[in-house]
Amino acid sequence: MPDEILAPEQIQKKVFPLCLRTKDLKNPASLATYLSIGGYQAITKILKEQISPQQLIDEIKLSGLRGRGGAGFPTGLKWSFMPKDIKGDKYIVCNSDEGEPGTFKDRDIIRYNPHQIIEGMLIGAYIMGANRGYNYIHGEIWQEYLSFHEATREARKAGYLGNKILKSDFNFDLHAVHGYGAYICGEETALIESIEGKKGQPRFKPPFPATHGIYGRPTNVNNTETYASIPWIINHGGQAFSDLGVANAGGTKIFSVSGHVNKPGNYEIEMGMPFSELLELAGGVWKGRELKAVIPGGPSTALVPAESIMQATMDYDGLAKIGSSLGAGSLIVMDQTTCMVQTLKRLSYFFYEESCGQCTPCREGTGWVYRVIKRIVDGQGRSEDLALLKDVSNKISGRTICALGDAAAVPVLSFIKHFENEFQYFIQHKKSMMGQQNA
Amino acid sequence: MSQLSASVMKKIDLELEKYPLDQKRSAVMAALQFVQAEKGWLSDDSISLVANYLDLPEIAVMEVATFYNMYDLKPVGKYKISICTNISCALRGVDEMVNHIQKSLNIKFNQVSDNGRFCLKESECMGNCDAAPMITINNEKMYEKLTPESFDRLIKELK
Amino acid sequence: MPKIKIDGKSVEVESKKTIIQVADELGIDIPRFCYHEKLSVAANCRMCLVQVKNIGKPLPACATQVMDGMEISTKSKFTKDAQQSVMEFLLINHPLDCPICDQGGECDLQDTAVAYGASQTRYTEEKRVVINKNIGPLISTDLTRCIQCTRCVRFLKEVGGMQELGLIGRGEHAEISAYVDKAVESELSGNIIDLCPVGALTSKPFRYTARTWELDRRPTISLHDSLGSNLEMHVKNDTVMRSLPRQNESINECWISDRDRFAYQGLEHDDRLLEPMIKKGKQWITVDWQEALEFSAKKIKESLKKDGNHSLGLLYSAQTSMEEAYLLNDLADQLGTPYVDYRLGQNNFDTKGMWLGCEPDEIDELDQAIIIGSTLRLEQPLLTQRFRRMVNHGGELTLINALDFDPLINLREKIICAPSDYQKILLNIIRSIYELDKKKISHPDIVKLIKKIPADKNNTRWVKKLLTTNKRCGIFIGQNALESYYANNIVFLANYLAEITGSFVGSLMNYPNGVGLDFAYNKREFLDISMMSQRDFSSFLCFNMEPDIDIKTNLPLHAKINQSKFKLAITPYMSDSFKDFDCVLPMSVYSESSGTFINIARHVQSVKAVKKSKGNSRPGWKILRVLGNYLGLEDFNYESSEDVLTKIIHPKKRLIFPKLTTKKLEAKFTQTPKDIEWLKLTRPEDSDMIVRRAQSLHARDHRIDDVIRAHPTTQAKLKQKFYEVQQKGSKTKLSIIPDDKVAPNTLCFYEGLNSKKEKKVTTQDKTKARAYD
Ligand SMILES: Cc1cc2nc3c(=O)[nH]c(=O)nc-3n(C[C@H](O)[C@H](O)[C@H](O)COP(=O)(O)O)c2cc1C
Ligand code: SF4
Ligand code: FES
Repeated sequence: MPDEILAPEQIQKKVFPLCLRTKDLKNPASLATYLSIGGYQAITKILKEQISPQQLIDEIKLSGLRGRGGAGFPTGLKWSFMPKDIKGDKYIVCNSDEGEPGTFKDRDIIRYNPHQIIEGMLIGAYIMGANRGYNYIHGEIWQEYLSFHEATREARKAGYLGNKILKSDFNFDLHAVHGYGAYICGEETALIESIEGKKGQPRFKPPFPATHGIYGRPTNVNNTETYASIPWIINHGGQAFSDLGVANAGGTKIFSVSGHVNKPGNYEIEMGMPFSELLELAGGVWKGRELKAVIPGGPSTALVPAESIMQATMDYDGLAKIGSSLGAGSLIVMDQTTCMVQTLKRLSYFFYEESCGQCTPCREGTGWVYRVIKRIVDGQGRSEDLALLKDVSNKISGRTICALGDAAAVPVLSFIKHFENEFQYFIQHKKSMMGQQNA
Repeated sequence: MSQLSASVMKKIDLELEKYPLDQKRSAVMAALQFVQAEKGWLSDDSISLVANYLDLPEIAVMEVATFYNMYDLKPVGKYKISICTNISCALRGVDEMVNHIQKSLNIKFNQVSDNGRFCLKESECMGNCDAAPMITINNEKMYEKLTPESFDRLIKELK
Repeated sequence: MPKIKIDGKSVEVESKKTIIQVADELGIDIPRFCYHEKLSVAANCRMCLVQVKNIGKPLPACATQVMDGMEISTKSKFTKDAQQSVMEFLLINHPLDCPICDQGGECDLQDTAVAYGASQTRYTEEKRVVINKNIGPLISTDLTRCIQCTRCVRFLKEVGGMQELGLIGRGEHAEISAYVDKAVESELSGNIIDLCPVGALTSKPFRYTARTWELDRRPTISLHDSLGSNLEMHVKNDTVMRSLPRQNESINECWISDRDRFAYQGLEHDDRLLEPMIKKGKQWITVDWQEALEFSAKKIKESLKKDGNHSLGLLYSAQTSMEEAYLLNDLADQLGTPYVDYRLGQNNFDTKGMWLGCEPDEIDELDQAIIIGSTLRLEQPLLTQRFRRMVNHGGELTLINALDFDPLINLREKIICAPSDYQKILLNIIRSIYELDKKKISHPDIVKLIKKIPADKNNTRWVKKLLTTNKRCGIFIGQNALESYYANNIVFLANYLAEITGSFVGSLMNYPNGVGLDFAYNKREFLDISMMSQRDFSSFLCFNMEPDIDIKTNLPLHAKINQSKFKLAITPYMSDSFKDFDCVLPMSVYSESSGTFINIARHVQSVKAVKKSKGNSRPGWKILRVLGNYLGLEDFNYESSEDVLTKIIHPKKRLIFPKLTTKKLEAKFTQTPKDIEWLKLTRPEDSDMIVRRAQSLHARDHRIDDVIRAHPTTQAKLKQKFYEVQQKGSKTKLSIIPDDKVAPNTLCFYEGLNSKKEKKVTTQDKTKARAYD
């Protein structure tokens, strides 16, 4: 519904700490702190009043909450897919693998507000009838893994996890588990394989995790931020959450801003805030330089040049309108001095390095793309290389088991689309148009 | 054949409690991490021990150990320094930092310094981009917003 | 049933089928590498991508189930583009070294590239090189050619029962490897050579010996276990260069065991006897056929005249064809001797009519199976795979054996006991049924017996399952149980258990033509080897066997052969076994002869020679025929083996197989020996004359030591540290080592070790199974 989107200057959106609401408190991660701001009230109320799962799902649907892991799938709808009358174990998993370059929001939720994740998962487990849960945490943020483990211990001790939670008939236990250096494990089926103690190779879908997940049991995977938003929705109602955002994008969103800004960091704002305001929050482009381009949602979302992004609002439709997407909300900001060819080389190396190696187009194609770009950077580019890069990227895209193949094609296509002249310059002159690259 | 240390076995047993009884395999990632934290790296022997402990084919454990970047299948010295060179760090000057580290420790990527103390590894995004450039030491401790000076200080402190 | 349209054709198909299955049935060609009908679906090669209407992306035909209304185009431009690009990706890192690759000419990648690829490569960067691994003496690796389809990994895990290979590392660095420098040990390992769609895994023994187009492919069967797997032997210059499986869903599917695959090396071994020979003094003298036959006939006639008809003994192996066996028995009949037998390993001869009890593929779907007395995997590698599948389909398997030898199957229960206790276990099970329902058991002898033993509560739970109707259950009696002294009692009780539970009894006896020979001679009251070992002979004929190794019975039969004055062997190989013989006649190996065999599941299989006989050797049936002529026997003028066959199997008559019969329960029952029992086993690569000489199979000999193994508690009780055992006809001292896998009171050893092994093939290129730094 593009016409419902307001022009940036008409929008009044503000900073709104929701998932990160404990951040500025003392001992933000502790149970006591969380309880002091009304933590675990939602689940207590649900259990006490025996609110029906369907009623809760309706509330979440009303909230307009969409998955914060990148794909933006409506959460309420996803939860309704979990089979209801299956006996035996059911699992829910929190995806804190956060390996998309430029993304570090889940880190902060775990660091400052772990109990809100736990409460969100408790509500999810209650709704979906799950009895076991895991939070799969990016192996590189080891301290957060340890502290989440600590939070689950605290919660278990206080009776929020385990059997007969808050003396009800509801049983659910939750454990922290960790990855150990594989971006692909953020993909939900690879993550499931990893929890099973295997290599993180995505599974072919269907069957989907909802019917065939961990150990072949029904499983639901959601992003950390998705779960952390749930208690607020239950406490304040779906409508209130929806009101925080814009059409098609309810609530708040944490944007991780990195790269060439003065104040890199996480900014939790209402959905739909104009990019320009967000950039201001982040202190503006550093060193007084001008903005060149932005990757708005992590490298698997398309790069957009300054002119377009300055016109955009930070929500699903706002970014779709300029040919990109919200992804995980990871803004990578590049100033006027950035060499697009060298930057693309690093990104294509990332996808090459992180391809799981299972399926042919991704395993072979990502290496091919990387080597061609590297050759250009090494001064051995050929005139036909740009056409080749586009063609190979298009041949990876849509032909792989998981979306990493699609993701790998996105930067190549978008970088060349917007900065073709820079690539051609590099091929012809065997050096960067931007001169010596420096930070 | 040698044995897993008592403390590692205890940790694995605790880890196993997170999973259903018949799913011992799930503990393999953690088990490898425990052994690596204790020994510094994963030898073939260690992998076999973990496989035996969890009743898995050794090759299945090898698959896991070689899939995830943070496992080291070769000795990495006393301090493994992993530095993220991905985009957000690259935009904030990680190249210079890498040069500085390589020069000051006299090693390249994947090399161990002559005194056996340091090894430098290139890493993908660690999800800590607002603190670029940054490193982790032995996979557990993070050092953020590095400058050549703060790095030199850190090296001095590391015994 | 969903209706779909495929390439414009409307068809109704079974639901749950995948597009590729439907296409295969319709004869529509969809290229594939990772998909294999017998393995799980990996959908990783992406070669089978096809267009499905209204779906923006091409879908993998191997993993996509058909749905009502689906419209599939396997030939559209959209499909072609997808397939062509996958082909291009597959080739960029492939070495394209077809001229020096063993797979050349039969390579899926080569064929598919020609059909679906582009003509020119656009990839100019450096190609990946993968260091080869040594995965054992049978399979050679060229991993740079690997396309990561993981068929090999999935086969060993799913069919072989244990993950021995893995895809280690990730991304472009992912490579196939065994663990560090381990060899692949599955007895089915050779199948990954066939499965590998490129030349990354090839046969080590076959390597570089022939190009595929130089080979003549001839059908035959394998005779190294009782399944009779269907083979195709590939012949060049009158030499068998390799054996491959021939698909036969009801027998071996598309697999063969390593023993079946590599046994061909034995066919051409230097031990082959190429000329008839007569012993003169202490010297072997080569003679022509006429002289040898005249000599033999004369000697036999002389001894019969002097010592009576019964002074001639005849033994033949269970690898002997129906035709040969017919002639041997007819020869014995006409000469008037009743001493002719093939059951060289048995110690009890009271049962007849044993067979698998069902079709091999029925095993897949059993709900329950009990196997008694079998080191399953070594003896019946392909049937093992069926039992494995049965368990994967939800069936339950119980194994009762004197040695805890892991079948690589999840067992419901494993009972390790001395061979003499097998019958007790069966009785126990019957006792549990008695507890549940006393009326079920009416046989007075059995009732008497079970009242003497205590009830075993453990059994009750699953015995209940045995009793539930419409569950299919098989009770299978394995090699070591059938060869044992207690065989009759075991079969008797198993049969009784089957009767009261509605199950059936099957045999896992590993005599290649055992069912055929039993069928043909079952009605005849010929005397068995237990009688033979009690009397003296003056002449003896050994047919197609090495007496000192192949006679495995505990009876003193071998001594009887040695004592006889005239010893004649009709044998494909010359060896020490015949050093005291008087005449040896060179016989063709089975692949050089025609003949008929009946496998354990009663499939009658006739084969023709795949090549002509080596040297001056002749097919066994011909030798017997001519020998019969020299002996002046009647009706011995057969023109062909088919002529002989009509005497036993009439082409127009249905075969009537004997019913399973046993004798009464015997007293040996109650008096189970308290002291030591023997469990004599045979390694798969020692099971017959041919495999004994297949050198590649023996490169794995080091896996089993030449020792006696005993349970630690048993070992502690024993006074001595050594035992003398009969090995290869003479006594050998073997030391006793503790092994808790052996049942208490049992001494276990492998017979015939150190057989014909050539030097150990050691691991050469010790490449570590490392992925990256
Ligand atoms: C290559 C790849 C990487 C991914 N990484 C992440 C990740 O780090 N975190 C995450 O939450 N989702 C990630 N996803 C998306 C997940 O597969 C999944 O859609 C998500 O966790 C669902 O949660 P949501 O509905 O709450 O967004 C990734 C997907 C792909 C294809
Ligand atoms: S070795 Fe052959 S069968 Fe195994 S993965 Fe490679 S190509 Fe496939
Ligand atoms: S055959 Fe379908 S993906 Fe390989």
